[in-house]
Amino acid sequence: MARIIVVTSGKGGVGKTTTSAAFAMGLAERGFKTVVIDFDVGLRNLDLIMGCERRVVYDFVNVIQGEANVGQALIKDKRNPNLFILPASQTRDKDALSIEGVGKVLEDLAREFEFIVCDSPAGIEKGATLAMYYADDAIVVTNPEVSSVRDSDRMIGILSSKSRRAEQNLEGIREFLLVTRYSPERVKRGEMLALEDVQEILSLELIGVIPESSSVLNASNSGIPVIMDRESSAGQAYSDMVSRYLGEDLPHRFLKVEKKGLLGRLFGG
Amino acid sequence: MALLDYFRQRKTAGSAAIAKERLQILVAHDRRGDGPSYLPQLQHDILKVIRKYVAVDNDAVSVNVERDGGQEILELNIVLPD
Repeated sequence: MARIIVVTSGKGGVGKTTTSAAFAMGLAERGFKTVVIDFDVGLRNLDLIMGCERRVVYDFVNVIQGEANVGQALIKDKRNPNLFILPASQTRDKDALSIEGVGKVLEDLAREFEFIVCDSPAGIEKGATLAMYYADDAIVVTNPEVSSVRDSDRMIGILSSKSRRAEQNLEGIREFLLVTRYSPERVKRGEMLALEDVQEILSLELIGVIPESSSVLNASNSGIPVIMDRESSAGQAYSDMVSRYLGEDLPHRFLKVEKKGLLGRLFGG
Repeated sequence: MALLDYFRQRKTAGSAAIAKERLQILVAHDRRGDGPSYLPQLQHDILKVIRKYVAVDNDAVSVNVERDGGQEILELNIVLPD
């Protein structure tokens, strides 16, 4: 049985698509057949972050409306044979998605794949609620910043009330917190909410902390999921997050300011 | 410049503490605000009934819904005059 994971946040620009791409690639690298779906109809971007934007022929909406079958719309990742991408439509609007249509596509995919990663759009409109509706697990992406934390809290409330699991009185969605763009330097200076503060307010299990890193922009510039940048702190932090999701117990890294030498401190670096 | 920053950073009072305090209040409020939409009307009606018998202030009745895991608790607080 496939496991469906939604990557959500409420607020835009916090790293949902970056996380979806990295997480899906990470699962595929561990040998799991994985598909990642872009739910942001009208503003698709997952294809760009995955580097397959020129290979989109059919999309999620085509499949829902019966204009193509799911096999025709799936894009096979060129780097990893276990990974497939289902792009969103760029020209339709979110009303093209329906709860039955999405359910049918997920059911078809569940026969083929072990993990289905749903990249949610920002907001709490139809695309976002449908992305989470069928989820078994949720990754709530949060920046250590007031509006992001508040929106995440709102999203956590919606996850526990407006999902298939909630409506059918099943065991609730497993929710995990992923803090992104974390800057230990700024936390130390008292300019940024500390990890403990974010956790205290949202009280979710922490699945990872992704440090602020130039490698994230580099990765999106080139269409390579940042998890493939093994040298970078962000790539390593995403890899740890995938391990934790799969049940490994790893300590969190990149939480403390790296010590600079005296010269480094005096002259910057 | 880095030398200057090194001494300067000690003085800047962090805004993170303010952020945390504001968030705690806001999030608690947002969560309460999730209550059923009939609450204000319920509060109004209860006040009207009580006023048939006792003269009370507008803020004598408070109605709250709290969520604790799977259950909801409707809390009704009525302050009667001495």
